[in-house]
Amino acid sequence: MTAPLISFKDFSFQYNSQTEPTLRHLNLDIYPGEKVLIAGPSGSGKSTLGRCLNGLIPQSYPGKLTGQAVINGHDISHSSIFELSMDVGTVLQDPDSQFVGLTVVEDMAFSLENDQQTQPAMQQATAKWAQTLDLNQLLTHRPQELSGGQKQRVSMAGVLIDNSKILLFDEPLASLDPASGKASMALIDQLTHTEDLTVVIIEHRIEDVLQQPIDRLIVMQDGAIVANDRPETILRQSLMAQLGLREPLYLSALKLAGVDLDDCTHLDSLAALTVPNLTTTLQQWTAGVTLNTPTVHADPLLQITDLNFGYSPDKPIIKDLSVTLNRGEMISLVGQNGTGKSTLSNLITGFLTPQSGALTFNGKSLADQSVKERADHIGYILQDPNQMLSKTLIYDEVAAGLTLRGVAADEIEERVLATLKVCGLYEFRHWPISALSFGQKKRVTIAAILVLRPEMIILDEPTAGQDLQHYTEMMNFLTQLNRDQAITIMLITHDMHLMLEYTDRTIVLGGGNILMDAAPADVLTNETIIDQASLAKTSLYTLAEQHQLNPTEFVAKFVQAEREAR
Amino acid sequence: MNNQLLIGYDDRHTFLNRLSGSTKLLCFVGLSIIGMMTYDTRYLIGIMIFSLIVFHFSKIKYRDVKFVVNVIIGFSVLNLVMVYVFAPHYGVSIYGTEHLLLGSANHYFNLTTEQLFYEFNLLLKYTFAVPLALIFLMTTNPSEFAASLNKIGISYRVSYSVAIALRYIPDVQNDYRTISLAQQARGFEMSKKANFMTRIRGGVQILLPLIFSSLDRIEVISQAMELRRFGKGKKRTWYMAQKFQRNDYLALAIVALLIIIGIALFKVNGGRFWNPFKI
Amino acid sequence: MQNKQSSSIRTVVATGIGAAVIFVLMKFVAIPTGVPNTQFNVAEGFLALLGAIFGPVAAGLAVFIGHALNDFVTYGSPWWTWVVVDGLIGVAFGFAKNRLKIEDGVLGVGKLVWFNLYQIVVNFIGWVLLAPMGDIIIYHEPNTKVFLQGIVTWLVNSASVAIIGTILLVLYARTRTQRGSLKKER
Ligand SMILES: Nc1ncnc2c1ncn2[C@@H]1O[C@H](COP(=O)(O)OP(=O)(O)OP(=O)(O)O)[C@@H](O)[C@H]1O
Ligand SMILES: Nc1ncnc2c1ncn2[C@@H]1O[C@H](COP(=O)(O)OP(=O)(O)OP(=O)(O)O)[C@@H](O)[C@H]1O
Ligand SMILES: [Mg+2]
Ligand SMILES: [Mg+2]
Repeated sequence: MTAPLISFKDFSFQYNSQTEPTLRHLNLDIYPGEKVLIAGPSGSGKSTLGRCLNGLIPQSYPGKLTGQAVINGHDISHSSIFELSMDVGTVLQDPDSQFVGLTVVEDMAFSLENDQQTQPAMQQATAKWAQTLDLNQLLTHRPQELSGGQKQRVSMAGVLIDNSKILLFDEPLASLDPASGKASMALIDQLTHTEDLTVVIIEHRIEDVLQQPIDRLIVMQDGAIVANDRPETILRQSLMAQLGLREPLYLSALKLAGVDLDDCTHLDSLAALTVPNLTTTLQQWTAGVTLNTPTVHADPLLQITDLNFGYSPDKPIIKDLSVTLNRGEMISLVGQNGTGKSTLSNLITGFLTPQSGALTFNGKSLADQSVKERADHIGYILQDPNQMLSKTLIYDEVAAGLTLRGVAADEIEERVLATLKVCGLYEFRHWPISALSFGQKKRVTIAAILVLRPEMIILDEPTAGQDLQHYTEMMNFLTQLNRDQAITIMLITHDMHLMLEYTDRTIVLGGGNILMDAAPADVLTNETIIDQASLAKTSLYTLAEQHQLNPTEFVAKFVQAEREAR
Repeated sequence: MNNQLLIGYDDRHTFLNRLSGSTKLLCFVGLSIIGMMTYDTRYLIGIMIFSLIVFHFSKIKYRDVKFVVNVIIGFSVLNLVMVYVFAPHYGVSIYGTEHLLLGSANHYFNLTTEQLFYEFNLLLKYTFAVPLALIFLMTTNPSEFAASLNKIGISYRVSYSVAIALRYIPDVQNDYRTISLAQQARGFEMSKKANFMTRIRGGVQILLPLIFSSLDRIEVISQAMELRRFGKGKKRTWYMAQKFQRNDYLALAIVALLIIIGIALFKVNGGRFWNPFKI
Repeated sequence: MQNKQSSSIRTVVATGIGAAVIFVLMKFVAIPTGVPNTQFNVAEGFLALLGAIFGPVAAGLAVFIGHALNDFVTYGSPWWTWVVVDGLIGVAFGFAKNRLKIEDGVLGVGKLVWFNLYQIVVNFIGWVLLAPMGDIIIYHEPNTKVFLQGIVTWLVNSASVAIIGTILLVLYARTRTQRGSLKKER
């Protein structure tokens, strides 16, 4: 066997500000040409491990390091980041900060400029990679003019251009729409073969990553590696579910239907999966579940009529959009990266002013209401948590809105602590916000709005970068608010299963207007809409289709059964 | 918010667009320094006409710059009024003669030809560089700007700082807007009803997320740049750098000539002022 | 602490982002005082923080670039004397870094009082001595006018640093987590 390219031996790391090590006694070998997925709950140390691979630890993050970590023959404790960067190309979680050039082509050439290559050499390299990654139309665009998925591709181009042999992706899918996510994973897979790369992917959306073959799955928990094997083996042992991670949906469906996983082969790939008598088993299971009748909501809360908006007049983003949201609904707003989902919520909350059109809330026009007045009824959680956080401590941040509204001190404490528990932040209540991971920060902003109990809540991608456990806790809490207090909730999301699982109505936005407004399960049976809005079917649909079941019915029953099991 | 306001750059396909950024930078800095030094009215008018002619060739539309021009006029008028209020006899003391137009010699507020002439010079000085600055801003590709700075001898690190500033100003601008709205939505009172201290405190509350997220950004971007080997060598190349061509040398020669004329005029006038009253 | 390489890149980035923030603050959050060209500049408060964290080079250059760009787009051309003076003040604020040691997370009253006296003196040298002198020598403007502008600027900038700068310094210091201080509480 060849020597490992990446090798950790009894490796531990402790950030200077922490009392306990974040990584503990890791032993890990990754061989040339392997494609590895690292999964684990939020805060388990995945990004920290990534920082060890590219040398940011210990060069930029000081801390205590024991054991040994060797990357392509370089011991990380003695190598410079420059040296390691020739071996490891890193695509960071946040494409906005990775994008340092003023335009796409400059960003692609950035590392070549630093290597003092000549202009012709750079032109040749950028042309080649622009071709491979389909960026030719965008070369002179500025980052502000790109969608999330496009930025992601630019980041990849800027790293691939170095020809480094190891590629590290930290949550590449977090803000991509399902179709772009799929395309990115396919692209990574293709490059692995054509460029002979070793790839390490850190990701929460395991099902999406597993759509392409993965050689090894590493599961982390509390800074330690708890599983490190071929995906199939780990899936068969149901380790993911035990650790509170989401396993691929078709697997959960098999288990619900009572299939014994030991009888199955190719558990890690739905296309190749073989299970004896699966069709009959699934049909029997489906027949045995009766669907609850959905509740109907018909009391209009927010009415939007003929709304028009564009950041510049010649490029309208929202065109003649009309829709009514009813009290007590749980709605998902979906659509391609950059169609205007966030823009629409900004119009509703008064962050932006429409060029024309009317908004009424509870029968009253919103036009003359200020941002603050609207916020008393409509809570809005922005996509980027850093734009909302204004205090240094978590507790103060969540309490701020209540304090400003003059709520009594003991009530504030009670409500804040209760909300912090729901959002899984209770343990951290006295920490400075700066010490939190992205997912944790996002939860702080959600807590800060939830604690105010508005009539309607808009959440922009609440589950991006969250693990299943926190995601479930939070969504259950939202569902509870929705049921008990008839709070209307609108989720903007790229997670198709979240849409199916928790919402009862889906609005598909595309081309400035509403492409479809229907029950979530119906949206995903409409191939045209899926295509137009860059959505994607979940593996449940494929499973149902493979076995001659009605996908809508099957998915609905799955969601119901899973919810009851919880 | 209009991102184009800062750098209204657009390729208008004129010879000015094709000049290298370094040339334009050197020309602009050279002319603005000499114009800053001299008080020779003829010379200032000359440069003003010269720059207006060049401005005409740049194909920049007046309506694109109307707003900026209005602000500049407002600012100049305010300054001129202020100079008059504080020193209505300054022209007299500079030019050494006194030609009364209004009022009497022993009044504080009177008006002399000398004062008018001095303030006219000031007005020229406030405005002569404006067409040049607009040309520079609107015909120089911001991407090329950093490379130009590096080329005229400024270290590449400093040059790249300028590139980062240009890259992130639109982002910071958007952030500022969004953050201030998000804070208002949380219930911070920023209206005129609140008193000065409360408003300052409210202002700081809005600033905090902006500043702290910018500090975070500094960390992340430094890491991203380091991972892509920024700062590895003593030099770096620039994808957008432009080579000097014939027109560049020509432009530099013309501006050098203008500067030499300006310096020669110091000698002729025996100082920075041209005094028409002495003749 | 961090190695030399990383910290020099950080200086470059801090200069660029710092300049962008200063530009935006000068353009959108300046409160006019009534005297032409002088305003209550929130940016000066931020400059104090930038200097305390990143030192003289980053702070000096950042304000130089940010101020020059702002002058460029609002007045057509930079008012060089003031731009340079602002840069020098940034450098001076940067020298306070070693004394304040803000990264350690403790910022007592003593340090704050010292810093505020220091900044008032620095602002005085900058706005009441250097800037008007430059205006007189280079632009040949009347003394009374430039000194009035200088004194007003000195007062408002000192006030800006005293209020906003101090708040920012204190809050920033508070976010600095001390070595081995984070622990989950059940
Ligand atoms: N710079 C830092 N200083 C101190 N502690 C840190 C730092 N970065 C991360 N941590 C801590 O280390 C732990 C692991 O963080 P890490 O970012 O590696 O998690 P993660 O598994 O990537 O989580 P997520 O899925 O939310 O991105 C967290 O508890 C976090 O608070
Ligand atoms: N401040 C702005 N100025 C100009 N254009 C903008 C601005 N903000 C967004 N846009 C453009 O408006 C379009 C819609 O953006 P928006 O953020 O609403 O998309 P989105 O549907 O929320 O996408 P995502 O799923 O990636 O979050 C995009 O093409 C974007 O480039
Ligand atoms: Mg992470
Ligand atoms: Mg969005």
